Amino acid sequence: MTMSKSFERWSPLLLLAVILLVWELAVRLLRVPDFIFPGPVQITQQFGQFTGALMEAGWKTFWVTMVGFGLSIVVGVLLGFLIGSSRLAYASVYPLMVAFNAVPKAAVVPILVVWFGIGLGPGILTAFLISFFPITVNIATGLATLEPELEDVLRVLGARRWDVLIKVGLPRSMPYFYASLKVSITLAFVGTVLAEMTAGDSGIGYLMQTAGSQQRLPLAFAGLVVIGVMAMIMYELFSWIEKRTTGWAHRGSQAI
Amino acid sequence: MTTPFVDFRNVWLAYNDELLAQNHFAVEDISLQVHEGEFIAIVGPSGCGKSTFMKLTTGLKMPSRGTIHIGGDPVTGPLKISGMAFQAPSLLPWRTTVGNVLLPLEIVEPYRSSFKARRKEYEEKARALLKSVGLGGYEDKFPWQLSGGMQQRASICRALVHEPKMLLLDEPFGALDAFTREELWCALRDLHAAQKFNVILVTHDLRESVFLADTVYVMSRSPGRFVVKRDIDLPRPRDLEVTYTPKFTDIVHELRGHIGASRQPVGGSTVPQ
Repeated sequence: MTMSKSFERWSPLLLLAVILLVWELAVRLLRVPDFIFPGPVQITQQFGQFTGALMEAGWKTFWVTMVGFGLSIVVGVLLGFLIGSSRLAYASVYPLMVAFNAVPKAAVVPILVVWFGIGLGPGILTAFLISFFPITVNIATGLATLEPELEDVLRVLGARRWDVLIKVGLPRSMPYFYASLKVSITLAFVGTVLAEMTAGDSGIGYLMQTAGSQQRLPLAFAGLVVIGVMAMIMYELFSWIEKRTTGWAHRGSQAI
Repeated sequence: MTTPFVDFRNVWLAYNDELLAQNHFAVEDISLQVHEGEFIAIVGPSGCGKSTFMKLTTGLKMPSRGTIHIGGDPVTGPLKISGMAFQAPSLLPWRTTVGNVLLPLEIVEPYRSSFKARRKEYEEKARALLKSVGLGGYEDKFPWQLSGGMQQRASICRALVHEPKMLLLDEPFGALDAFTREELWCALRDLHAAQKFNVILVTHDLRESVFLADTVYVMSRSPGRFVVKRDIDLPRPRDLEVTYTPKFTDIVHELRGHIGASRQPVGGSTVPQ
């Protein structure tokens, strides 16, 4: 029992180790040149060689993403609240939101560059634009799916719409909210890197773009690893907060 | 007799203007008079407008025709003197049981404005209420840690905590097993005996209605009309044993006959009108 439990916990690392091993072996046995497809060992070496540059670019990407993501939490929650609490807003705003979300964000970056120039603006805004939609949808869904009986129970007591939203709607939508944060944070990283690649002068995206154009693929891969690790850490952070604050929604797994 | 507490006079309800124009009513020509402290049950097949009747009584819906007076006053909006419970307990999973019971007090006046200052006192009250239905020791558990029957008890406590004059129950025991249901019948019977509020119980369980109510109304399906009013003259307090007496069975049987009769036009060859 405990054996399988601890095995389950370590299984992601084990899987990672297996993948890295197979990757390295494949690259070596097939003699793939490193400017086409570098192996893990070579990528790791890049970390030693370019620690400073990678750290600096990583930090830059990180905080640009966080600013954009912070914006998308604020806007996403407010917009979701509006859409979820008003029938009219739901009917009028929702279709437009869907249309907007379907616009490829890569196509928007050049426009942002025209407006805000090369630098931080496009990065922050792309991260925001790409990541607020899931938050909005989830908050709105949580609010809009109240049990009609419960609403009757409260309305008969003279509850105002606001009471119902604050006492019932908002807490109810919290699990949806955290679920959306986990999706959104990974999207936000995608947005930042996208903007940095097309219109940046710093950050991981810019570093990868430059490295790629010089055929220094090991360094570009190292950049990918940095992004992946950052996104994973943030994802885990939100999972942890979610479990702490909305444990009632995950009781099935907790009860055992 | 004094003026009735609940007074429906020729009440018709269509859910919207379109249906009204087509003369399509959810309930038709409902008249009933309920006295203070009386326990009535409304039985009928599903979809006969029982829940509509509840919405009318609580003021959540206004009648298309006819008048409704409660406590002598015409109904003009949601009636705070009523408490409601439904088949689904619909407790909030992020609140403890006592927290759920306290919810109405955070909303309804006069408790609302004094809630912060007198929270302790109200919590004691909620705990006492929970204890009275046998939920002592479970007050600080979360709803999902309770069994279905316990959740339903908590739901009834939530409906009663602001001391309503009228308790409306919409098939509250419908989802429970037979033994739990009988236990809850007794819990409700004792609450009613102790606090003397009015109860309007909507159900499709005839035994339940006869065991609990002073008066049973039988409703027909579309149009929703009252077809029979039956006074239950079994002496109180009633024990579960009474459900095995011939008299009890006779009343249940008689009511069953009315429901059969009220459904006949649907299957019959001649439809009136």
